[in-house]
Amino acid sequence: MTVLILKTIFLITAINGVLAVLLVIAERYLANYGECKIQINDQKEIQVNGGTSLLSALSSQKIFLPSACGGRGTCAYCKCKVQNGAGPLLPTEVPFLTQTEIESQIRLSCQVKVKQDLQISIPEALFAIQKFDSEIELIQDLTYDIKLIRLKLLEPDHIQFKAGQYVQLVSQPYGKVKGSVQRAYSIASPTYETGIVDLMIRLVPEGICTTWVHEVLKEKDHVQIIGPMGDFKMHEGEGEIIMVAGGSGMAPMVSLLSDILCKSGQRKITYFFGAVTKRDLFFLDEMAEFERKIPNFTFVPALSDPQPDDGWKGTTGLITVPLANYLSSIQTDKAQGYLCGSPGMIHACISVMKEKGMPGDQIFFDPFG
Amino acid sequence: MEGLSPWVLFFAAIFTGNILLTYFLGMCSFLSVSKQLKTAFGLGLAVTFVLTITAALNWLVYWYLLDPLGLEYLRYIVFIVVIAASVQLLEMFIERYSESLYINLGIFLPLITVNCAILGVSLFMVIRKYTFIQSVAFGVGSGIGWLIAIVAMAGIRERINEKKIPAALQGPGIALIISGIMAMAFIGFSGMVQIQ
Ligand SMILES: Cc1cc2nc3c(=O)[nH]c(=O)nc-3n(C[C@H](O)[C@H](O)[C@H](O)COP(=O)(O)OP(=O)(O)OC[C@H]3O[C@@H](n4cnc5c(N)ncnc54)[C@H](O)[C@@H]3O)c2cc1C
Ligand code: FES
Repeated sequence: MTVLILKTIFLITAINGVLAVLLVIAERYLANYGECKIQINDQKEIQVNGGTSLLSALSSQKIFLPSACGGRGTCAYCKCKVQNGAGPLLPTEVPFLTQTEIESQIRLSCQVKVKQDLQISIPEALFAIQKFDSEIELIQDLTYDIKLIRLKLLEPDHIQFKAGQYVQLVSQPYGKVKGSVQRAYSIASPTYETGIVDLMIRLVPEGICTTWVHEVLKEKDHVQIIGPMGDFKMHEGEGEIIMVAGGSGMAPMVSLLSDILCKSGQRKITYFFGAVTKRDLFFLDEMAEFERKIPNFTFVPALSDPQPDDGWKGTTGLITVPLANYLSSIQTDKAQGYLCGSPGMIHACISVMKEKGMPGDQIFFDPFG
Repeated sequence: MEGLSPWVLFFAAIFTGNILLTYFLGMCSFLSVSKQLKTAFGLGLAVTFVLTITAALNWLVYWYLLDPLGLEYLRYIVFIVVIAASVQLLEMFIERYSESLYINLGIFLPLITVNCAILGVSLFMVIRKYTFIQSVAFGVGSGIGWLIAIVAMAGIRERINEKKIPAALQGPGIALIISGIMAMAFIGFSGMVQIQ
């Protein structure tokens, strides 16, 4: 028996040892692509260690391309133009690229491996993306499932962003979740508040990042964010502004409204906010405040299923109903639409807007899917 | 099994004893990666390639290490380790030396480390006491058999995509029914040679 045990130990050790050594050698010589240069926008050049994905090579040099899936090749946020050195298109990229994108050498940077010198182009704005260390200054319940998180920026200690942009929150391992994930959250604070970032985070049942935020995070904890990212923002125009949001889609709207407040434009703004029952409504005081201060601004909350004891006297029905009614009463050919929230709601509202004559290229949205 | 010619084994592994349709091994990737003909073919090639190489390696490990030392009972764990390591090595090797091979075959390698058809072939070959040449023939044959099955499946699924399927059966549901029918069709070959 002892002999058998000894033999077993010996054999397992021997086989695993030999294979491990082989793999280490292979890692050293086969998967080692040495130092590679990445030339960015014909002006900047960085040195990275080859063998990793372009996305992580860039982030190791503090250049952060947007990524919502953490490099698994499912979100397609990490697109960038690679003129040289990326090798042929991979089957894992094809489903996410249109024909025009393929022709203009757009690739998914999380799938492209750095094996030689590369030449890439990324929007200048991405250089402004930074990683921030921050401390949680405040956690506040907005509704039963949405929390407001206020982050005080520590290092760097201020952020410059456009109203409507988002940041990526980096979660830490907790409980059964062993890894860290990154999720996008729109900034709700006004652009002039550069030392803090407000996020409104709705609990997604079983969601990795939102459960962490709702159940683990406490005030004074330190968290990291990466940003600002995204191109959801106010556009020039003359017609009416129609905003539509639901749930945590409120966040970017608050930031947009704070910006509008400072600029004191003359455009008429109507903001439709969809909720199910009264307990899903929040920020009503703030909205009343905006109504007082911004000329021509109206906030229209609508409940799709008000409960008897809600005592609801406002608009009832799915948000598409008051939206359609309102659009029938105004001149829509110059109107602009801004939408934020679940993809289902957004797409339903976009259909209504187009049906009522709003130009498709004047409808801007950020689906939280 | 001394007597069986490697050729017989080769064809038998493809048709009468198809690893997928007779033994239902390697089902998970068969179901999940059979939506597109091109990818299915790439994966099939990768499986064939890995099957051949791991069958040969595991044969050597079994008959020159495990058997002489009387440690046959370790074969599951050792086979798995050998398969995992060799797939990793292969991936690195292909990625380094052939870009086109990597794109068509290499990126599927990590998907099949855990494919049970691969462990299955290694186990069958030692249980049935195949010689080295027989094992290799059996490995290649099983791989090609798997490739034919998944390519046929992908072809059928590409067609069926455009058809109306009851909501409850869409996706894996109809795929399982199709594989059942394919398996029955393959029984038709069973009169030719029997291996087990
Ligand atoms: C540009 C952008 C801005 C965003 N801004 C905000 C914001 O301001 N506030 C906010 O709360 N969220 C926002 N989101 C959504 C957020 O990024 C996460 O997707 C969401 O919080 C879920 O993360 P999780 O890790 O908890 O869930 P995961 O663990 O990723 O997902 C768990 C399950 O829930 C599903 N799921 C994922 N997201 C949602 C969702 N939004 N609704 C319903 N089911 C979902 C997934 O498919 C999965 O099955 C934004 C998303 C984008 C792309
Ligand atoms: S990071 Fe999500 S697809 Fe590349």
